[in-house]
Amino acid sequence: MKSKLVLFIVGFIVWSLLTWPLDFQHLIVGLAVAAFVAFITGDLFTPSLQAGTGFSRITRYLWLCYYVPMFLWECLKANIDVALRVLNPKLPINPGIVKVKTTLKSDTGLTFLANSITLTPGTLCVDIDAEKGILYIHWIDVKTQDADKATELIVKPFEKILKNIFE
Amino acid sequence: MSNLHHAAGIIFIVIGLGFDVFGCIGLLRLPDVYNRLQATTKCVTLGTCSILLGTFILKGLGTTGVKAILVAIFLLLTSPVAAHALARGAHKSGVKLWPKSVADKYEQDGN
Repeated sequence: MKSKLVLFIVGFIVWSLLTWPLDFQHLIVGLAVAAFVAFITGDLFTPSLQAGTGFSRITRYLWLCYYVPMFLWECLKANIDVALRVLNPKLPINPGIVKVKTTLKSDTGLTFLANSITLTPGTLCVDIDAEKGILYIHWIDVKTQDADKATELIVKPFEKILKNIFE
Repeated sequence: MSNLHHAAGIIFIVIGLGFDVFGCIGLLRLPDVYNRLQATTKCVTLGTCSILLGTFILKGLGTTGVKAILVAIFLLLTSPVAAHALARGAHKSGVKLWPKSVADKYEQDGN
């Protein structure tokens, strides 16, 4: 029930933004559509909410406020990094797929970790083994093939923050 | 609308176009499917988000601007997922890495 309510609110906000500026007729249709979608797919959406992790913890929102600018900054660095590699006539790449470990457990946390890794310098998430907590990362410039050292370089900056937000 | 306002919007759009062009150059120059995904995912995500941000600055909080921001958020959330799905699909269907690649732990672990 709780996840349905959350999905309803999120759906309604997205609908309102899509049909901006706000208008009485749009809002009525939006209410109906959001209620319908929430009713049908509510159980599929964010199973971690049903486990009762709680929205009330204030600290996770503060960590989220810290995460977003950091993520955007890393994303900008990644772009400049790739642009420089691509424009360099020698094409300085040294690619390979390495294995890293993570201690995150929740689906949402793992999804955000994989997305963050994909959008940061030189790394692309290829597959996740959620049970063993292993991520396979395609790295455009492999610095180390050792799983622990690679974890230190790729996963650690995000893991701590995401752990505070999603778990 | 002030000139400064207008200029800021145009600058964001030009930067975005630049990154999109770098992404396309990467798509052409890099050797295999995984490296190409790297270039296109990163550059095109930020490039397109920058163009959308420029649109938002030019258009303000109206019909177009709000949609631009919404599209940017969706793009940031879905583009890495698409890249992940493509890379995984390519590996599962047997696309080899570039011969000069240094390691493939994914292959070694029997996937």
